[in-house]
Amino acid sequence: MELIVDGITEALRRLAALDADVRDAALASLVVSGGATALSLITGIPLGALLGLGRFRGRSLVLSLVNTGMGIPPVAVGLFVAILVWRSGPFGGLDWYCTRAAMIAAQYLLAAPTVVGLTAIAIQSVDPMLRLQLVALGATRWQLLWILVRETRLLLLTAAMAAFGAVISEVGASLMVGCNIKGDTRILTTAIVLDTGRGEFGGAIALALILLAVVFAVNALTTWAQQRRVA
Amino acid sequence: MSLLEARDLSVERGGRVVARVDHLTLEAGETLAILGPNGAGKTSLLLALASLLPARGELLARGEPIRDLLAYRRRIGVVFQRPLLLDRSALDNAMLGLALRGIPAKTARTRAHAALARLGIAELADRSGTDLSGGEAQRVSIARALALEPDLLFLDEPFGGLDAPARDRLIADLGRVLRDSAPSVATILVTHDRDEALALADRVAVVMQGRVCQQGRAAEVFARPVDETVAAFVGVENVLAATVERATDEITTLRVGEALVSVTEPPPVTTDGVLLLIAPDDIVISRQHGPSSERNAFAGRITAIETIGRRVRIALDCGFPLVAHVTHQAARDLALTRGETVTASFKATVPHLLARGRGN
Repeated sequence: MELIVDGITEALRRLAALDADVRDAALASLVVSGGATALSLITGIPLGALLGLGRFRGRSLVLSLVNTGMGIPPVAVGLFVAILVWRSGPFGGLDWYCTRAAMIAAQYLLAAPTVVGLTAIAIQSVDPMLRLQLVALGATRWQLLWILVRETRLLLLTAAMAAFGAVISEVGASLMVGCNIKGDTRILTTAIVLDTGRGEFGGAIALALILLAVVFAVNALTTWAQQRRVA
Repeated sequence: MSLLEARDLSVERGGRVVARVDHLTLEAGETLAILGPNGAGKTSLLLALASLLPARGELLARGEPIRDLLAYRRRIGVVFQRPLLLDRSALDNAMLGLALRGIPAKTARTRAHAALARLGIAELADRSGTDLSGGEAQRVSIARALALEPDLLFLDEPFGGLDAPARDRLIADLGRVLRDSAPSVATILVTHDRDEALALADRVAVVMQGRVCQQGRAAEVFARPVDETVAAFVGVENVLAATVERATDEITTLRVGEALVSVTEPPPVTTDGVLLLIAPDDIVISRQHGPSSERNAFAGRITAIETIGRRVRIALDCGFPLVAHVTHQAARDLALTRGETVTASFKATVPHLLARGRGN
């Protein structure tokens, strides 16, 4: 019990003092996970929309792969990206190993299937007659996609939230490709793992509280946006 | 040159032909009703004519085969049974097609406003499309199509989802708009409702089981159906087996049971007898007995009185079965009761004759 009380007291002290290690890890988390989520939205929404609208051979297989990707273990992605960016790997020349770029790439691979899959579902949920009406109004394929994406923006907001929630909470891939370098690639989750391993529960709890606060803030913001539209 | 022409056009679904037309044309300013029962293939035919559904055969716009589908779709307006509005203001919805065509926003706004005003809903411009009643939303949907100033307007059961008063008002307003504000627009209206077809259409194409079986002026199709199936659909309830007693240049006399019926139409060439078709609306019921000014007047006992919407259906036994439709006012004035005898009369110009067995 004393361990927990001491940990929370230490956490509150570090938060109140805006501890540099805690602050750096929080900012790194936001940069890496925010960047990965943004990239997954930029590429995943058009891909998901095309997948939701398109009728082509192998579509079911692609959807199955995307759905599988939504549940892929972060350590598997971490291993895959680590091999790619390893000095002797196919992208070794980029010199990305132990950098934020590699972490963003790994988290992108984790977030993108969620965005693609949920976008496809959102687009498919649109009344087929509305699609026909838009085509009848003279919409090009890209205009059709754009309007459908706009019409499903609440569902896409959920996709963005799910993607961000997944990557900001993951630890395996970031640890494997980022190397947990203090002040650079050390993010909230990897820092928690490190502090816990060292028995420094005060730091770990402080970082966990920030992580929870970030996740809560993102969800609260998204929920507010959704409810505002519904009202 | 026709604005739209279809030759040997057929639509297949699942390897089955669901709609087919041998030849169909549409001229500028004309309204054609595609009339048929539910599931007859009317909507498939309309979608094919609007190039929204793949079809075999030839589809020509102003005499030219349609190759650029997008360019063709940008010359048409389509209204479906449901309004299919976006979660935006009524004005934004009415502007949507114009925006997709790249029309500058100011021009688009002016045209959309004018279209809303023509449909009598200018005051709803700022209301969200999702907050409108069914009738209002469908008016926005029609305004969205009319704002495009299309060559061709396709209406797929646009009144189907409305209650009776909203439907009646919209039919009247749409008829006025098409007549006064868009006189050069050619319109195709899909409906299963004969009254809608009669109210709006110059010509009617009757579709039964996926096939256009009869085309012609609306009054002609309703008065002169080509076979019993079409007759039944257009509401000609009286289909009586008859034999030709004699025929002159002016009058054909037929025997129906024990009665003789005079008809101005010449008898069809057949050896199997004829069918005498009489629309119930063309039969007059009266309490007058004895000689009538009509050539055909028969005393008949009322066997049934039923209300069918705005009309009252009177079934009579005149020695042969006869059905007449009268207004509620007429039924009240005549104080008709079941079992009593009245006189049913109709002009010799009313009945239509078919060779027996045609269409069976």
